[in-house]
Amino acid sequence: MASKTHISVDKEFLVNEVLRNESVELPPDTERKLKYVRRDKVKVPVVFIGTGSCGLISGAGGTLEEAKKYLSERNIGAEIVETGCTGFCSMEPMVEVQLPGKTRISFRHVTPEKLPFILDGIFNNIVPEEHAIGQYKNKSLEPWKNVAFIEELPYYTLQYRNLMKNWGRINPYSIEEYIASGGYRPYVKIIRNYTHAEVCDIVEKSGLQGRGGGGFLTGKKWKVAHAVIADQRYLLCNADESDPGGFANRAMIESDPHRLIEGILIAAYAVGTSKAWISIRNDYRIAIDRLERAIERARDYGLVGHNVFNSGFNIDIIIRKGPGAFVCGEETAMINSLEGKRGMPRPKPPYPAVSGLFGKPTVVNNVETLSNIPAIFENGPDWFNEIGNESAKGTKILVLSGKIINHGVIEVPLGTKVKDLVFVAGQGIPDNKEFKAVQVGGPSGGFLAGEDIDVPYDFQSLASKGVYMGSGGMVVLDQECCIIDTVKYFMNFIQQESCGKCIPCREGTGRMLEVFENITKRPVDEDRHSTLERFKGVMQLENLAGVIKDTSLCGLGQKAPNTVISSLNYFREEYEEHIFDRKCTAGVCRELRLYYISVDKCTGCTICAQKCPESAIIGTKRHPFFIVEEKCTGCGICYDVCKFNAISVK
Amino acid sequence: MDERTSAILAKYPRGHRDCLIPILQDIQEFFGYLSEASLVEVGRYLDLPAGKIFGLATFYNQFRFEPAGRYHIRLCHGTSCHVSESARIIRELEKILGIRPGQTSRDGMFSMELVACMGACHLAPLIQVNEVHHTSIKPEDLKDIIDSYIHGEEE
Repeated sequence: MASKTHISVDKEFLVNEVLRNESVELPPDTERKLKYVRRDKVKVPVVFIGTGSCGLISGAGGTLEEAKKYLSERNIGAEIVETGCTGFCSMEPMVEVQLPGKTRISFRHVTPEKLPFILDGIFNNIVPEEHAIGQYKNKSLEPWKNVAFIEELPYYTLQYRNLMKNWGRINPYSIEEYIASGGYRPYVKIIRNYTHAEVCDIVEKSGLQGRGGGGFLTGKKWKVAHAVIADQRYLLCNADESDPGGFANRAMIESDPHRLIEGILIAAYAVGTSKAWISIRNDYRIAIDRLERAIERARDYGLVGHNVFNSGFNIDIIIRKGPGAFVCGEETAMINSLEGKRGMPRPKPPYPAVSGLFGKPTVVNNVETLSNIPAIFENGPDWFNEIGNESAKGTKILVLSGKIINHGVIEVPLGTKVKDLVFVAGQGIPDNKEFKAVQVGGPSGGFLAGEDIDVPYDFQSLASKGVYMGSGGMVVLDQECCIIDTVKYFMNFIQQESCGKCIPCREGTGRMLEVFENITKRPVDEDRHSTLERFKGVMQLENLAGVIKDTSLCGLGQKAPNTVISSLNYFREEYEEHIFDRKCTAGVCRELRLYYISVDKCTGCTICAQKCPESAIIGTKRHPFFIVEEKCTGCGICYDVCKFNAISVK
Repeated sequence: MDERTSAILAKYPRGHRDCLIPILQDIQEFFGYLSEASLVEVGRYLDLPAGKIFGLATFYNQFRFEPAGRYHIRLCHGTSCHVSESARIIRELEKILGIRPGQTSRDGMFSMELVACMGACHLAPLIQVNEVHHTSIKPEDLKDIIDSYIHGEEE
């Protein structure tokens, strides 16, 4: 394997000299060796290729093959490293190159065709500037001329990379590189020196809140579970992320799986359990593979297993693949699913921390929460406490997507303004279109628009606007997106994913969806009365939302109406437009679209009439055609096929 | 009793109910779907009524009860894809293939599945055919994509 070549240290060295060494600073001699392991310094040129899921979908696989071919054909003694995701999705496939003595430089959209050109240049000390994103700051290395520093790019200025520290830098399969970056040292120190209660105290002091969305103090939760007298306790890591538009957890596991494992190990020690479970979404094949291999390596190093480092601590980690249900993101539903039952939530109390999996005290923590743990012990709780604002501590990983220029995964201190996330990190809307709203937190989240995007991104501030942070998804909508259609999409999703236990959620979301279908339906021969009927449905929405919120058992139900309520707050006119004017300005609601053919532009080529599935377009050849409104279903095929741009939406 | 199913079951000695989902996942991984016979067999092994197992399997999105097509098409229907008009892609594909999500075409060539999010939002909308991704597609591209698979088969 290529990644093995640079590692001049063996397991013995890492275990005895690094992991067992409990002083804050390692001896200079050890540190010098580790520098090469984590590639602060390199002896041969290194080509880094991002092979996270997003990279591979963008075509990183081809780039990787091409890079191997390039190096072997030219007999260049360089090393290729497959890293995880770098977080800058819209630049994928990304390739980074580090030459000995030079800073590391990063290139965008490196398809197999472009790769030889870029490598030719860089190996001859010429930077192909049009492909370069930037270079990483490093005082001890010589920087490239005329290349921006990555840390100074708008995408990175707001970011505080703590959880993402190793992303794109280390090989996710290599435990050596993780240990060289400071990994597993806090864990070994803890199990040899700290009591369970001390660990819980430190985490509580740091102010870390559950990142799954609840915002409950993690240290407190651990204490509750630890205080229960039981013969067995469990730790359950929730990696069953199935939000549409949220893939932060997957990227975390794919890029730095050992950080999660170390977090799990420390949490397991704090709670006093010998069995930790990870429930991960079944679709995440690459993430599962990396996680399995990482656990194997950790076991090999004696970090997982019986009597870890002679501390008397036993731990085993079991991976379970979640069979795919959105509701299983709820902790009690996930517990049911692990027990082999339908994933339906249980009433709380008893809380899982008291009676959870198989009736034993179970701590359920999100991937991001657990990944935060190692750094808290590495840098101390006070360091963590200083990041963020008064109400929320630490950083949050979020996914920027939708109609935005810079797509990707970013990590910012909690309390960063939503506006800055969209317009600084995201660089705003492409094609000079107008910003409309940002959808935060997936199906349980809500919209933010207008002045309110000035709100700080933290649990409380978002909640004050009726929005829920959720998994950290952030989808930006522009003027061409219809709010009603987006809400309808979310209602459809929730309706399908509702487990069916509570009637308000099962039936109520169905009624809501019905209302949305009604107001986006094509109004044929409608009198004033039926218009009123449609409006009546909307009048009931707020009422219905209240009932669903109050009477559902789990988070999925309680937060189901959030999108509806927030859309009503900001976009009442758009609702009214759909109901009264039967019009969708954005032109998204298919059945409300009315097409017409411009007499001046139509040449009578007949192509639209031939393609129209409803035979709604009639006319004579070589004369302007027209559309029969009653027959038209608004499918838009004519619009797509017209070569003369003669068809437009009324 | 089918030998291959028993081989899978043998991996779970003294199986309890909590092994049920991993067993079903293994069976689906191997056969591509859950057949009625295999569900009955799992029930016998775990001492659970087949109806209960069926009830569980239908609850989860992962399990399918008819074999997937030779080309299994997964359509991303995440929020980002939705705002990039993935609904049109779905409609168009339904029309071309004559099947709806969750179904398999009669000749066993194609099957369709909707996925919540594939995590490549910058390339929305996208579909995945077996292991190949087609990204930033437009409704009018679909016909060519499907045709390429049909022709690839003929050659």
